[in-house]
Amino acid sequence: MSAVTLKQNEEKFSKLQLVIDQWKDKEGPLMPVLQAAQDIFGCLSLDVQKYISKELDIPVSEIYGVVTFYSQFTLKPKGKYKIGVCMGTACYVKGSQAILDEISKELNIKSGETSEDGLFTLDATRCLGACGLAPIIMINDDVYGRLSPGDIKEIIKKYKD
Amino acid sequence: MEMIKVRIDGVEVEVPAGTTALEAAKLANIDIPTLCYLKDINEIGACRMCLVEVEGARSLQASCVFPVGDGMNIKTNTPKVRAARKISLELILSNHDRKCLTCVRSQNCELQDLSQKLGVDDIRFEGERYDKPIDSFSPSIERDPNKCILCRRCIAVCNNVQGIGVIGATERGFETMVEPVFNMSINDVPCINCGQCIVACPVGALREKDDTEKVWDALNNPDLHVVVQTAPAVRVALGEEFGMEMGTRVTGKMVSALRRLGFDRVFDTDFAADLTIMEEGTELLNRINNGGTLPMITSCSPGWIKYSEHYYPEFLDNLSTCKSPHEMMGAVVKSYYAEKNGWDPANVYVVSIMPCTAKKFEAQRPELSVNGHPDVDVVLTTRECAKMIKEAGIDFLALPDGDFDPALGDSTGAGVIFGATGGVMEAALRTVYEVVTGEPMENIEVHAVRGIDGVKEAEIELGDMTIRAAIAHGTANAKALLEQIKSGEKEYHFIEIMGCPGGCVTGGGQPIVKAKTYMEKDPKVVRAKAIYDEDRDLPIRKSHENPSIKKLYEEYLGEPNSSKAHDLLHTHYVERSVY
Repeated sequence: MSAVTLKQNEEKFSKLQLVIDQWKDKEGPLMPVLQAAQDIFGCLSLDVQKYISKELDIPVSEIYGVVTFYSQFTLKPKGKYKIGVCMGTACYVKGSQAILDEISKELNIKSGETSEDGLFTLDATRCLGACGLAPIIMINDDVYGRLSPGDIKEIIKKYKD
Repeated sequence: MEMIKVRIDGVEVEVPAGTTALEAAKLANIDIPTLCYLKDINEIGACRMCLVEVEGARSLQASCVFPVGDGMNIKTNTPKVRAARKISLELILSNHDRKCLTCVRSQNCELQDLSQKLGVDDIRFEGERYDKPIDSFSPSIERDPNKCILCRRCIAVCNNVQGIGVIGATERGFETMVEPVFNMSINDVPCINCGQCIVACPVGALREKDDTEKVWDALNNPDLHVVVQTAPAVRVALGEEFGMEMGTRVTGKMVSALRRLGFDRVFDTDFAADLTIMEEGTELLNRINNGGTLPMITSCSPGWIKYSEHYYPEFLDNLSTCKSPHEMMGAVVKSYYAEKNGWDPANVYVVSIMPCTAKKFEAQRPELSVNGHPDVDVVLTTRECAKMIKEAGIDFLALPDGDFDPALGDSTGAGVIFGATGGVMEAALRTVYEVVTGEPMENIEVHAVRGIDGVKEAEIELGDMTIRAAIAHGTANAKALLEQIKSGEKEYHFIEIMGCPGGCVTGGGQPIVKAKTYMEKDPKVVRAKAIYDEDRDLPIRKSHENPSIKKLYEEYLGEPNSSKAHDLLHTHYVERSVY
């Protein structure tokens, strides 16, 4: 690790320590600490889990169990843009599988994976709550509705540039 | 204590408030099936085998976690209960790897028992199965995820009883697995190899690494002198593998069986335990008199040793440098005994029968060797030993009592009590007292150090010196004790730590006790009683009075802690990381 990244890493851990100090003596500290850790580091690597384990005196195995239980937590870094394809009933009936397939083809990744350039992570999600616009996808906080597979190339292009 | 009355299947029982329906039913002689339940260790109501009908309740209740109330009316055998239990069991079976014929736990499997008991005569549901690789990288523990039924008994024992927590439940729903983190092997996480997960497992998902083939090969090799030794705790448990009552002592039959298997010498690890006392007792007195690191902590338990290497490296200087007894035995066999008999040590093969899975790992440590030969070549658990006896067609119950071979088979009561928590301490005190005071110890049974309290303390007057001693068994108890020492709250001279709760009698290599049996008796107590009975029946009960030990020092080692003794019988430790 270069000196710069080491320093960045140190800063991240001291940030995490502040959160841990805040929750340490409260009941059920693990979830808020994990959420903060994921925000700070982008993912929950073994090193991060080990650190939390030591500070909260919870075995790594238990932390890892929680991290892998909730789909919101991730072990690997996610892309800069997180694409969520809604697989809720309404979107599904309106053809969201074809949308997912198209994005998958366009980025050459499967659902749950991150593109090699680190730009995109693709996920099939549960209902995103915009059934009136079905089928929809979300890219970070942007919503795209009433889609057909033909729209995908154009949308992705916006984020690539 | 407030007593309440409940009616179970029409039988009225009076129980203390807070009693669960499962325990209350037991008192009424009603057997409720269980699977994930393990008394005091795993009480989570997950498997739904123990469902009962409670009058007035909306749904069926898991009796293992359901406290009864005064005047309650409970039914354990209604069509609704039977149907619910059976369908839960069938669903567990639907994705179970049902290779019962070749399973290490066949005929000793709680899932198999239940299938029979609940009348499962057909597999109605074929669930999707995962075909995961078996984790066989550890020299001690093998994990077969395809047989796991997710009862979480292993997680509970690893986490709560041992305070380690290297296995946990991962993912969710159908993807759920019980495994170490990040797809690691159990060999690559800070596991201490104690094997308590194995004895907690109701099925064949966790088991020891089977080394019996290596021993068959050695026995079949005419060029080898194959020597076997047995740990103290094996003789009070091996009988259980042949249907004998828990706590039966089978020392003589065990020796005969081993001789019939074809071992050239049958030696007693108890001899080496006596040797350990000579070395460790001397080391203790040297440390006290010469300002050495105190407290000194015993080093017989390889589970405890690995625990301290991972989790408490700051205490490594406190560990006695003595090798564990069976390693001492191996070293003596491959030096003194081999020389005496004109054997080439390269052709001597030492097999240890141990109540322990951690000893399998220990035997592979490169530092535990003598002139380039490993002290011990193979470690078998009590269970593997039984397996070999069965395979050889030996009628164990009909065997006459045999005697250990002379010299390294001679031992004392002090050696045998090594098998129970507090035993190493008591054995050491019997010798150290007499060495220091020069007087015979009046009452050699030190009851303050016996029993199954997690941490025990004792103060022993040795002339004008007072020794403060502590004993812990199970690594969670050890952790509590070490923390008190670290904080300065407690100070001791001498500490005994055994990795397994109860000590070696309930080690991870011992016969597996079913969850139902734990509701009736505690093997920690029953097997320890057999150990102390064995001690009482022996003519010599102090290590320093063992004539063969005296002879070994006279003829070979010189005196305890001599440089030759150091070369052969002492070792060192390494700091290990946590992940």
